[in-house]
Amino acid sequence: MSSTTSQTQRVVLFTEHDPLVLESGETIALVEVAYATYGVLADDRSNVVYVCHALTGDANVSGEDGWWSTLIGPGRPIDTDRFFVICSNLLGGCNGTTGPSSIDPKTGKPYGLSFPLFTVRDLVTVHRALLAQLGIERPAAAIGGSVGGMQVLQWMLDFPGELGAAAVVCASARLTAQNIAFSAVARAAIMEDVNFHGGDYYEHGVRPDRGLSLARRIAHITYLSEQSMRQKFGRRLQHGDAPHRGFEVDFAVESYLEHQGESFLHRFDANSYLYLTRVMDYFDPFGDLAGAVERLRGSGTHTLVISFDTDWRFDTAHSREIVHALQAARLPVTFREIASPHGHDSFLLEVPEYHRTVAAFFGRLTSAPRAV
Amino acid sequence: MRSDLALTAGLVPHGSRVLDLGCGDGALLAHLIEQRGCSGQGVEISDEGVLACITAGVPVEQGDIDDGLDEFDPDSFDVVVLSQTLQTTHRPASVLDGMLRVAPASIVSIPNFAHWRLRAGLALGGRMPSSRTLPATWYGTPNIHLCTIADFEELATARGARLIERILLDEGGEPTRSRVVAARPNVLAAGAIYRLGRA
Repeated sequence: MSSTTSQTQRVVLFTEHDPLVLESGETIALVEVAYATYGVLADDRSNVVYVCHALTGDANVSGEDGWWSTLIGPGRPIDTDRFFVICSNLLGGCNGTTGPSSIDPKTGKPYGLSFPLFTVRDLVTVHRALLAQLGIERPAAAIGGSVGGMQVLQWMLDFPGELGAAAVVCASARLTAQNIAFSAVARAAIMEDVNFHGGDYYEHGVRPDRGLSLARRIAHITYLSEQSMRQKFGRRLQHGDAPHRGFEVDFAVESYLEHQGESFLHRFDANSYLYLTRVMDYFDPFGDLAGAVERLRGSGTHTLVISFDTDWRFDTAHSREIVHALQAARLPVTFREIASPHGHDSFLLEVPEYHRTVAAFFGRLTSAPRAV
Repeated sequence: MRSDLALTAGLVPHGSRVLDLGCGDGALLAHLIEQRGCSGQGVEISDEGVLACITAGVPVEQGDIDDGLDEFDPDSFDVVVLSQTLQTTHRPASVLDGMLRVAPASIVSIPNFAHWRLRAGLALGGRMPSSRTLPATWYGTPNIHLCTIADFEELATARGARLIERILLDEGGEPTRSRVVAARPNVLAAGAIYRLGRA
């Protein structure tokens, strides 16, 4: 089987006559989704792997410049010579899928903050609509890291047994107060930017760049570990051997964060950032644990849960909570805490034991009878 | 499959939900899932063991059973298995307590450190004894809490276990029905497999 990589394509999944009905009951009349596929769909459609991306990802998951090309591609742990991989940009995003920066057909202007609030469940609704459009009923597996893992978990809860297998990497079923606090400060940076204009910055011809860049810098600190920052930068100075002793960038870590903030502006919309972080804050699928366990019971989806020992954004306790609920529902669960110095970012990096684990789990998928 | 694992498998009722502590490469669970309609998972400490389980499609979590079994709810399994592992734990009594909590039935296999060959090795040879059952050197052994059949039965009873069934093993790890061995198990059996319930 030869591997083929698709360019990102766009498809309209919901229209005025058949709108997207959100969990809240609100509707979105026109929803277009950007997605990409990799590999060849088997005749019996049994080799589909759906990738749910994290906060700032896009459909471009594999191939050159793919954000997860270390994990997904020909000969990679999720081998596109065997699997047909689909990845779509999230609802509310800004990389080809309808979101707050899209034009509201009712007004002819960008939605801004009039875009309805949505939930992780709504993200899954759109994924499944894309699959239906492609004629696929039951993916062999779904995988996601961070908020991607939240989508996989919600998928399992809302459609028990639909996923043949699931991989939930450094995710959370419930943000802590500390997690929400970081999100809140990041959002405040955007909303308090003088160029925010209540979310309608598009028509003012400006963008809340300072706020968005600051939000990204704050978040980026939580993606790294103390250990990795120490290794990468330590107290190294950006220019020369002597400190400049002023308030400009002086330490290497300051320059790095500034660069992270700046480069983010080219690829992300501030309103999408607000909506997608808020989606995470409200996610609480085990709020009614007994109900969730009851829904999951007997669904049989073998689930791989992975955490990283230096991840302090969603530490191992978050993954353990997910494992505990799945075990209570008698699902086959495989769990590893992987040693990695890279903090939350580990899920995007080539951590050998992590990749071996994913390779072993996915290698088993198309050959095995399902162990229930 | 190792012969003590085959014997252990025979003690697990069809369709049970099984927790295998120190499950190694998952051979026992794979057998139970495929041949006996069981479900469940393993706990394994080593990277190689965990990867072998995942490769075999056996649900597993990486962990140290010495850290406790607190993450598992009471009675969340039908049977919990501890095969040739108790003697490698730091806190065997706590491990037994945890087992009795998470499942109403436990299966434990142990090597018997009072077997005559080991006694003789120490008494007559003056060296730390080794045997087919316990081949490791004293400095390389993972076994830090070896016990005898008499010791184990005393501890299990003291921690609230009921001894339901005992299979005595010979030096090849095979079950023995010898009446001689049954008369003096603590001297003549190389090991034993127990089926435990709650007292």
